[in-house]
Amino acid sequence: MRLQALRLATTIALSVAAFAPAATAADVSAGSLAISAPWTRATPPGAKVAGGFMTITNTGKEADKLIGGSAPFAGRLEVHEMSMDGGIMRMQELKNGLEIKPGQSVQLKPGSFHVMFMDLKQPIAEGAPLAGTLKFEKAGEVKVTYDVARLGAKSRDDTGSTDAGKDTQKGGHHGHH
Amino acid sequence: MATTSVLRNIRLIAWSAVALAMLAGAAIYLGEAQKAKMAGGSLPAAASIGGPFELTGTDGKRFSSASLAGKPFAIFFGFTHCPDICPTTLLEMTNHLKALGPRADNLNVIFVSIDPEKDTPEQLKLYLSAFDSRIIGLSGTKEEVAKVAKTYRAFYEKVPNKDKTDYTMNHTASVYLMDANGKLVSTLSFQEAEDARQKKLDNLVAKG
Repeated sequence: MRLQALRLATTIALSVAAFAPAATAADVSAGSLAISAPWTRATPPGAKVAGGFMTITNTGKEADKLIGGSAPFAGRLEVHEMSMDGGIMRMQELKNGLEIKPGQSVQLKPGSFHVMFMDLKQPIAEGAPLAGTLKFEKAGEVKVTYDVARLGAKSRDDTGSTDAGKDTQKGGHHGHH
Repeated sequence: MATTSVLRNIRLIAWSAVALAMLAGAAIYLGEAQKAKMAGGSLPAAASIGGPFELTGTDGKRFSSASLAGKPFAIFFGFTHCPDICPTTLLEMTNHLKALGPRADNLNVIFVSIDPEKDTPEQLKLYLSAFDSRIIGLSGTKEEVAKVAKTYRAFYEKVPNKDKTDYTMNHTASVYLMDANGKLVSTLSFQEAEDARQKKLDNLVAKG
């Protein structure tokens, strides 16, 4: 009984922590998937969309697929691919999801694969990490926390030249431009 | 299943159309190049990019390209429901304007929305408030936007999402650098290094 109560308390504490503004983005694993360094970036006022980025590694023997997810700050989430084709930016929803093959590490990054937060409920502000959920075909739903980089950041650690002082909790990485 | 194959067919037809359009474009370009070469001219494609346009500013007032005469300008196309390249380019242009300092007085920077359905002047104004206030945001009717894009040979198209409940846009991402006479000088790509872009803008404002 006591153990169960303790376990329940821990679960509640953990899930509260996941949504608390003070939470920091951390690597998470679900089954044979490892999701590292999820991040998004501040959006201009009036923006209704934002991109979410991370690296997903499949250490298992079976392929899995990122098929969707959700975030409390967005109406919905889509899995997208962006590419440049002779000066034209092309973007499309990956209708069958993003496959992560066994042993493969897939990078979701600006200019490439990303999750797209649609119908933002408010602009995303730099700083406080945001909680969300990703949905995989096999691994199921996985809770993640996105670090929030500055507006127009090209990487999670890209803090820009003007606000280098904001570079906290970035664990030894250095921004590049 | 039937829907999937219909979709596949539609996609096939769409891509064939794109391929045909590209072939036609290439043929026209080569034809013009040939003509220009014979006439002793140069840069046939550049000569046919740009021209007069009329759109609406973020203040709701009409904006004519005539007001740009006498100063070089940078013009690019995008939309506010754009997660990546548009805010990035706007931020880069903001940084470039800052780096130009007082020389930026000799440059206009224009952002044209290719999403007339969602980008009202109010929406553009709100969105652009995060960037340099000198960036001119323009929107227009479907027809006006199609016209200015054609003038600049800029490509854009709507891409519906899976459920057909919403869409995103594919579009030309280059920034066109135009001289004081409205002639194309160069382009900026978000894939090139920041200092290379800055150099092109430095040259543009220096020439005038």
